[in-house]
Amino acid sequence: MLDLDPVLLARIQFAMTIGFHFIFPPLTIGLAWMLVIMEGLGWKKKNEIYTAIGKFFGKILGLIFAVGVATGIVMEFQFGTNWAEYSKYVGDIFGAPLAAEGIFAFFLESTFLGLYIFGRERVSKGVHWFSIFMVAVGSTISAFWILVANSWMQTPAGFIIQNGRAELTDFWAAVFNPSMVVRFFHTFLASLVAGAFFMAGVASYLILKKKESETAKKALSFSVVFGLIAAILLVFPSGHEHGKQVAHTQPEKFAAIQGLYTTQTGAPIAIFAVPFDNPPTLKAPIEIPGLLSWLAFGDVNAKVKGINEFPREEIPSLFLTFVSYHNMVLLGMYFIFLMSIASYLLYRKKLFDSKKILKILVWSIPLPLIATQLGWIAAEIGRQPWIVYKLMKTKDAVSITVGSGELLFSIILFFIIYLMLGSIFLFLLIRKIKQGPEPIKDKEAIA
Amino acid sequence: MIDLNLIWFLLVGVLIIGYAILDGFDLGVGVIQLFTKDENERRVNVNAIGPVWDGNEVWLLTAGGALFAAFPPVYATVFSGFYLAFMLLLTALVFRAVSFEFRKYSESPKAKKRWDMAFALGSFVPALLYGVAIGNILRGLPIEIIDGKIVSSISFLGLLNSYSLLIGTLSLVLFTMHGAIYMTLKSTGSQLNKMVDWANKTWIAAVILYFISTIATFFEAGYLFYGMLKNPLFWLLFILMFAGMIYIPIGLKAKKFGWTFLSSSVMIAMMIGLMALSLFPRLVPSNIDMERFSLTIYNASSTPRTLETMLIIALIGMPVVIGYTIFIYRVFRGKVIITKDSY
Ligand code: HDD
Ligand code: HEM
Ligand code: HEM
Repeated sequence: MLDLDPVLLARIQFAMTIGFHFIFPPLTIGLAWMLVIMEGLGWKKKNEIYTAIGKFFGKILGLIFAVGVATGIVMEFQFGTNWAEYSKYVGDIFGAPLAAEGIFAFFLESTFLGLYIFGRERVSKGVHWFSIFMVAVGSTISAFWILVANSWMQTPAGFIIQNGRAELTDFWAAVFNPSMVVRFFHTFLASLVAGAFFMAGVASYLILKKKESETAKKALSFSVVFGLIAAILLVFPSGHEHGKQVAHTQPEKFAAIQGLYTTQTGAPIAIFAVPFDNPPTLKAPIEIPGLLSWLAFGDVNAKVKGINEFPREEIPSLFLTFVSYHNMVLLGMYFIFLMSIASYLLYRKKLFDSKKILKILVWSIPLPLIATQLGWIAAEIGRQPWIVYKLMKTKDAVSITVGSGELLFSIILFFIIYLMLGSIFLFLLIRKIKQGPEPIKDKEAIA
Repeated sequence: MIDLNLIWFLLVGVLIIGYAILDGFDLGVGVIQLFTKDENERRVNVNAIGPVWDGNEVWLLTAGGALFAAFPPVYATVFSGFYLAFMLLLTALVFRAVSFEFRKYSESPKAKKRWDMAFALGSFVPALLYGVAIGNILRGLPIEIIDGKIVSSISFLGLLNSYSLLIGTLSLVLFTMHGAIYMTLKSTGSQLNKMVDWANKTWIAAVILYFISTIATFFEAGYLFYGMLKNPLFWLLFILMFAGMIYIPIGLKAKKFGWTFLSSSVMIAMMIGLMALSLFPRLVPSNIDMERFSLTIYNASSTPRTLETMLIIALIGMPVVIGYTIFIYRVFRGKVIITKDSY
């Protein structure tokens, strides 16, 4: 009927739905851990300011969480609806982490979030703190298991091909496959950065608007320092280790994201360039000689494989991978830079009066979310044409019974729904932020 | 003989039953919301399930994950086969999931009303579709195995046959009854009286529909009855189901709402149990050739190693889950109290 490629449509749908979903998990994970600290201080020190921060950002967390859940439900079933051949081929291995995520993570976070939001007056302070702690633990375990599943697609391990499918031979080898640990820490730290930028930006906004400034100042001080530490750890060691891992386990992806198109010893790192796919070329490059070899293999003279070593039909889009990867790295540097300045001003007791930095912090709220999307694009496009690296091609993975017409319908459906949800979410979120935290009743108790 | 495949058949069954009992009442309350005019009563409805509905829905996600892990071809064949119906289901669940928080942060009564509608329709559609899906599975799907590959072509309109719509209506009515009984535990005053009334009426409808459905199943999917009358397990489940069913109007009359809720839970659990028993060892019957092409717990399962690993995961995880779920329900037991943190 329609002349559209079902594989392309299925990919568009997956990219759109996971991309939209992944706006919310980093904020949930980041904010939850920050609230564990804030609520803990509020409880132990009996400090009303920390509790006010907890109440305010706790409500916002509820809103973020809801959209995260709504969009996550769609993801859980899409492997079956859209990637049926994939599910049959790797289900013996891939299903287990998804089920484990339900049992160990989703139950925990959703059950305790209810208690955290509604239980403030019903349970003791200790139990209430425990509930946000469990939300944070649950969302982190959830990230762990889903990243097990994803990492296994990137660097499969612990299986054999038998009876026309991949069969599990070693569960722990499959779980702790070569890219799992680095990917988990990288994504987890990115989530902390996203949470920190969110809290810092919102607090800056409240200070600029002179709304409950005492509460906002505490939140800002905390999130700036927290954000600086997380941003540094994210770039080094985490980003660096991740790069090394890709160089060792997925050399064609490494060549693509780095823009290394011919094999070289003493390979340079490209700081800036405009990449072209056909023929593979970098225009206007700014390069540092030897650095890529050193970063990847710890030796400035090491040999790094370029795109020319691999068959043409087994390399990903050079443009998308290069551009997304480089912008992620650029943003990573910017995060350290901004949080360093803010922390320095905080130390000199000038932060709350520097309107410019406060404004920049407000406008930087979405940047970590953009960086995480770019990171995923680099990782996922970089894996193409494989859905499971060297094992199964994406084009063989889609459901054969689902036609282009049906796919087009569901793409448009989800596009409209997500556009609607996204706008309403933003509208409600911004209005909630503008209302600001509740005033603190007992001002003396703080001083 | 008890083997891993059988254990996983039972475990997936337990997850589905857990989902039907727990999210079943959430869906039922949503259906009732569709017919509730009074804003205060609507608010009580939303808050009655507010703190717990998400945890309840995770039973569905985990059942889906467990099905994927234990019986991948079933997960793949059924979900891709029901593609458009599934997209409709997901749309409903998405709107239901956001409706609570969006209602809370909406300010105008009109906006709140809109999210109440999203909650209501987002519950109505799944409550109906689950039954439709079950009806289609009981009738059998057009599954063939060609060259070792499972092939099935199911059209969306083909799913909407009269038998499946009958089963869909049954599930809709059952969940509504279950939701009304849950609300008898949560509401007071005139709302409580209305809920008792709802529960009684939907009970009558459910009983009638159940008997019609049983007869219809005899004609549409007679194979399900083979050997049942000689099976002691069948009689055990049937008697429990029947006891639950009979007690509901009695309990409502005696105002023993806790016991009534327990009996409607038993009734729903046993209905699913009976269905599973009559399908066994098939998971998805093929209506092209029942013997050769049906997906069973043996020809559509993961390897013993995966089943074993998953069993360990379930044995570690599920007792903990059940433990804290009971704890949370105890914290929020009793009638709904509206505070400033409420939805
Ligand atoms: C690194 C983290 C991460 C990643 C890569 C994903 N998710 Fe997610 N997901 C979460 C982290 C998360 C979370 C933090 O646990 C969420 C997000 C917001 C939330 O409220 O919980 C969540 C919610 C969430 C839910 C709802 C759970 C509930 O009802 O409580 C489901 C079913 C999924 N996700 C499924 C998926 C699937 C199938 C993914 C991949 C294709 C996926 N998520 C990617
Ligand atoms: C949450 C962050 C993630 C983002 C932003 C993301 C992004 C993307 C993008 C952009 C694509 C499209 C690539 C293309 O079609 O060329 C894609 C494909 C895909 N990803 Fe991810 N991904 C994420 C996580 C995951 C996880 C956790 C899994 C599995 C557990 C996963 C599995 C897949 C699959 C199955 C496809 C479709 C096949 C393909 O096109 O490669 N993704 N993802
Ligand atoms: C200098 C800084 C950074 C370096 C060297 C770095 C390195 C990497 C590398 C090599 C990958 C690709 C992994 C793969 O293809 O399999 C990656 C992916 C990713 N990056 Fe970064 N990164 C940096 C900064 C950031 C920042 C600032 C964020 C977000 C706040 C971020 C978030 C992500 C995410 C979400 C992914 C995809 C998931 C994954 O594969 O781990 N990264 N990063």
